Amino acid sequence: MSVNDNGTLVKVDAATKYFKRGSEEIHVLEQLDMQVPEGEFLALMGPSGSGKSTLLNLIGGLDRPTTGSVTVAGERIDRLSRKKLAAWRARHVGLVFQFYNLLPVLTAERNVELPLLLTHLSRAERKTHVDAALDAVGLSHRKTHYPKTLSGGEQQRVGIARGIVSDPTLLLADEPTGDLDRKSGDEVLDLLKALNKDHNKTIIMVTHDPHAALRSTRTLYLNEGKLSTEPTE
Amino acid sequence: MKFLKLVISNFRRKIIRTVLTILSILVAFILFAYLAAIRQSLSQGIDVAGADRLVVRHKVSIIQMLPGSYEADIEQIPGVADATFSNWFGGIYQEPKNFFPQFAVNPEEYLAMYPEFLLSDEEKEAWFSTRTGAVIGRNTAERFGWEVGDKVPIQGTAWTRKGGQRTWDFDIVGIYDGAEQGTDTTQFLFQYAYFDEARSFGRGLVGWYIVRVDDPDDAVRIATAIDDTFANSPAETKAETEGAFVQGFADQIGNIGAIIQAILVMVFFTILLVAGNTMAQSVRERTGELAVLKAVGFTGSHVLVMVLLEAMAIAGVGGFLGLGVGWLMISRGDPTGGLLPIFFLPTKDIIMGVICVIALGLVTGFLPALQAGRLRIADALREL
Repeated sequence: MSVNDNGTLVKVDAATKYFKRGSEEIHVLEQLDMQVPEGEFLALMGPSGSGKSTLLNLIGGLDRPTTGSVTVAGERIDRLSRKKLAAWRARHVGLVFQFYNLLPVLTAERNVELPLLLTHLSRAERKTHVDAALDAVGLSHRKTHYPKTLSGGEQQRVGIARGIVSDPTLLLADEPTGDLDRKSGDEVLDLLKALNKDHNKTIIMVTHDPHAALRSTRTLYLNEGKLSTEPTE
Repeated sequence: MKFLKLVISNFRRKIIRTVLTILSILVAFILFAYLAAIRQSLSQGIDVAGADRLVVRHKVSIIQMLPGSYEADIEQIPGVADATFSNWFGGIYQEPKNFFPQFAVNPEEYLAMYPEFLLSDEEKEAWFSTRTGAVIGRNTAERFGWEVGDKVPIQGTAWTRKGGQRTWDFDIVGIYDGAEQGTDTTQFLFQYAYFDEARSFGRGLVGWYIVRVDDPDDAVRIATAIDDTFANSPAETKAETEGAFVQGFADQIGNIGAIIQAILVMVFFTILLVAGNTMAQSVRERTGELAVLKAVGFTGSHVLVMVLLEAMAIAGVGGFLGLGVGWLMISRGDPTGGLLPIFFLPTKDIIMGVICVIALGLVTGFLPALQAGRLRIADALREL
């Protein structure tokens, strides 16, 4: 992992993102600049449609900016080919989704193992990593269960285990508590906080929930494609 | 291997749909195997017909008989190596459904003409020396449980004995095997001398002649020479190669090969739509999951190959099971009780079946796999 001199892990530079919907061109992000230091737990807030998830997708290499650049750990990911970008994601990014997005036909441990299938780890090594990740989220006892037999909170913890199993540089969470009740949401947030604090994991979390944002070390607000440190009316 | 488990796990997703799709492919390939066996059965005579053998029949129809004296005249024609005759009998054993081909022949000459009918020397001797002796093919022997030494009564449907009796008694003196897989082992062959002496009409007449020529390339000239020899006689002839003769029989009920091919094309087109639709639907339902796989690092190629493998696995399980079940069912023999005497699934059709299975998997999986491979992660995740 390469971090620049001032400790910046993620650098978004003059990024714009346009979408075409029919003949209409929708400007989601406008000349956006952002820096995230290593070890930060950043919350991204903003109204629906403000571009939070789009920005997260750019940082995670799931999408490319229309103009501008995205640099993560010293690498210009917006310039990588699709294949290289996929390999980069596998190596550097852990993703946590609002609706967990677990594969229903796989058990918890098989879901967590998915990112490791792309590595050269042996079966035994993969098992060790999977057990450690499930242990970290407190779900070792549920590893042979299928998603439909797990509660929402448990499914999201499996999702987090999948996100951290390959020990990524960056953990990106898109509304991780958006589909959970308060208690389960708190458990998930505690878990993210612990990963950040105890394991120095850099986390960027998109959320609507101010209560969730309180757990972060910094909160940025996105509105009409612009970032600010203060919420806009 | 690790990806294969992931592919296989997808079969549990909609187990009933997967099973039904596999069953539809299985049934299609059983049908394929049966149609291939039927086509083979109907064309087998053509395939195994001796290239050096001609068949000489009455010019008007095979039903019209020829004088027995023609044999000596035919053997005089330059290029003819040997000639013999055969006479259709058309009897039944006990009841009409027990029908099989029976021919009155000259034993020595007939066996010399058809070396693919394998008999032991003892059985040959027994046949040559027993006036009521008959030899039967292995297939017919097994069908009726006949053994050497059995006395078998056959009811003549066309030929009666002097005095009007329809029952002809024969002694089984030999059971012949075929030299090749496709050799007809359903025939019942007996002494012409016994038949000719006992029949109530038609003495001295034969059904058709079989002629061996020295050089197959000279067959057309010799056929013309034979027909010329008997031109303007009361019984003019039509000589043709054995292959053309058998083909003529097959063509009486249409171009079987083309009909079967048309049925197969329709079956495969239908199954292509069924399996293709299943795969497309399966991929559509999993758009989000495929996006997640790509998000965690799977490349477009990974996803493309996985979907393609899934389609190939469905086609493979259904197709190979279908071919296997079809082969087992066909191996039990002629399902019609005698209409398709040579009934087996040829190796070339098994290979064609395997190719069709692979092609089915590739064709049904290609478009959904391409669609999955090209999936844009951000767009797909937005739709979740």
